[in-house]
Amino acid sequence: MAVVFEKTKMLTDVNFHYCPGCTHGIAHRLIAEALEELGCEGKAIGIAPVGCAVFAYKYFNCDMQQVAHGRAPAAATGVKRVCPDKVVFVYQGDGDLASIGTAEIIHAAARGENITVIFINNAIYGMTGGQMAPTTLIGQKTTTSPHGRDASVSGNPIKVCELLSTLDGPSYIARCALSDPANVMKAKKAITKGLKNQIEGKGFSLIELLSTCPTNMGITPIAALDYVKNEMTKIFPLGVYKDIDAAQK
Amino acid sequence: MKQLMKGNEAIAEAAIRGGCRAFFGYPITPQNEIPEYCSKRMPEVGGVFIQAESEVSAINMVYGAAGAGARAMTSSSSPGISLKQEGISYICGSELPCLIVNIVRAGPGLGGIQPAQSDYFQAVKGGGHGDYHMLVYGPESVQEAVDIAYDAFDKAEKYRAPVMILGDGMLGQIMEAVEIPPMKDPATFPKKDWVTDGTGIGSNRRIINSLYIEPDALETVNHRLFARYKEMAENETAFECYKTDDAEIVLVAYGTVARICKSAVNMLRANGIKAGLFRPITLYPYPYEVLAKIAAQDSVKSFLAVELSMGQMVEDVRLGVNGKKPVEFFGRTGGAVMSPEDIVKVVMQKEGR
Ligand SMILES: Cc1ncc(C[n+]2csc(CCOP(=O)(O)OP(=O)(O)O)c2C)c(N)n1
Ligand code: SF4
Repeated sequence: MAVVFEKTKMLTDVNFHYCPGCTHGIAHRLIAEALEELGCEGKAIGIAPVGCAVFAYKYFNCDMQQVAHGRAPAAATGVKRVCPDKVVFVYQGDGDLASIGTAEIIHAAARGENITVIFINNAIYGMTGGQMAPTTLIGQKTTTSPHGRDASVSGNPIKVCELLSTLDGPSYIARCALSDPANVMKAKKAITKGLKNQIEGKGFSLIELLSTCPTNMGITPIAALDYVKNEMTKIFPLGVYKDIDAAQK
Repeated sequence: MKQLMKGNEAIAEAAIRGGCRAFFGYPITPQNEIPEYCSKRMPEVGGVFIQAESEVSAINMVYGAAGAGARAMTSSSSPGISLKQEGISYICGSELPCLIVNIVRAGPGLGGIQPAQSDYFQAVKGGGHGDYHMLVYGPESVQEAVDIAYDAFDKAEKYRAPVMILGDGMLGQIMEAVEIPPMKDPATFPKKDWVTDGTGIGSNRRIINSLYIEPDALETVNHRLFARYKEMAENETAFECYKTDDAEIVLVAYGTVARICKSAVNMLRANGIKAGLFRPITLYPYPYEVLAKIAAQDSVKSFLAVELSMGQMVEDVRLGVNGKKPVEFFGRTGGAVMSPEDIVKVVMQKEGR
């Protein structure tokens, strides 16, 4: 019998703990598939964040470090500098990367640290129960912005790709959405590109994935996907923000 | 061959000779010579140097590098060490070996840049969250600091815990003649099967982690850590007894203050007062048992803890002496340092002379 689909070898057989309809699982699979396709078996080290993906160390079939909230880019720097020939990937949520860990991500990017960062922007704090994130949209209700995020009180959403693409260090910065199959395929390509850049020694890359948290948004998984596609992309436009290869052409 | 070296630079070179190949730090006085020295020296030995964006990042770079198998260190001074506390807790929870140097300056807050010993509690009682300890040394001279730094990674790896050198501005800045031992050969270092160097896959994959969501599992980890601390206490407790055999008054001090106390002991003896000095070299594990023995000595009438703080180590002196003899305290703070004469005066007053 012909095998038409197989689970990637870069994921373990442990069941994901993610809620039904959560896109963390999709992001995991895309990263794992890309790692496998690039021949990273036995050559990869992953850094797990604090957030719903804290258990990522159980799921990726490679050496893993679980680190403090927001510090993943710093820990990854330490790993990559002493294991320069290995592929180091970082997985972070929006609270982790764009709030408590802003210094770490900006400076890893500025150094052009040769690592690949996957940034899950679900516009909310999933793990702690749905509080406001730095990427929460204006008007979006969360448990700490019960009347909707008000810019005069809580400021505006942080646009990570736009911000980091002003730096000279990064080689590739792109924003994708895990909202539908076509966009998922694009996300896979972007992740592969980011990892490939690292393997080729081109330096820092970050792939932002607009994601869902149906549980804390209190909506169905389908409605959450629609929210990503119709609302989040207005504030966080999809596309490639920096690509040194394209610039060279 | 002995060479004249500044404390900070000597510590850096000794750590490198002891196998350190990764340094991550952030500038702060009075320890700047350590990162400066490493920025020049690490490339020469094939090591890594990064000036991090903050102490928070620096300690997490240490976490990553140590987890990936390198002998990694960071150094800072008091305000920067405060910022490292989260990372230190994670490093202890994840059972990672590393070297942390604190060239202590006076606090609280931004404080001053002069010598102090006011980070003692933070270093030995755990400045970060959770139940953990480090192997903490309080060297009195540049040579002693060198010897400790040289073997720091062997000990850190043995106990899978950080080693901290708790120096002070004086130790960091003073120049002394020191003998720096030869470069250790990394091929002789014990293999570490737990490192995430990327080669793991399937049942061989390694995980560096401090999260244990099941209470029983976490309790097991805490017990494992404390079993190691017990072993540390049995094997590593270090101290010096200076003229305590017939002493009536025993000074207790560590680090450079202990040197000042030695002068005071000799001056007191010249004045007919039988003084001695007990000097803990490891501050964690603290040499309580030896102190208890000294307290039980018939000759000993009282203790005087001398510190550059408002009184921190004195609490451990009291624990060791355990009420057998009176324990008194003399300290200067804010970066002010006592002279031997100051100590002599305090003792003479107490003796009613
Ligand atoms: C120092 C520190 N502060 C706060 C927390 C609590 N905390 C855990 S996860 C989290 C936010 C996670 O949100 P995000 O990064 O967006 O990831 P998600 O759970 O949405 O995937 C917070 C604040 C913590 N673990 N450590
Ligand atoms: S809480 Fe939200 S982000 Fe976390 S697993 Fe559930 S759906 Fe996903």
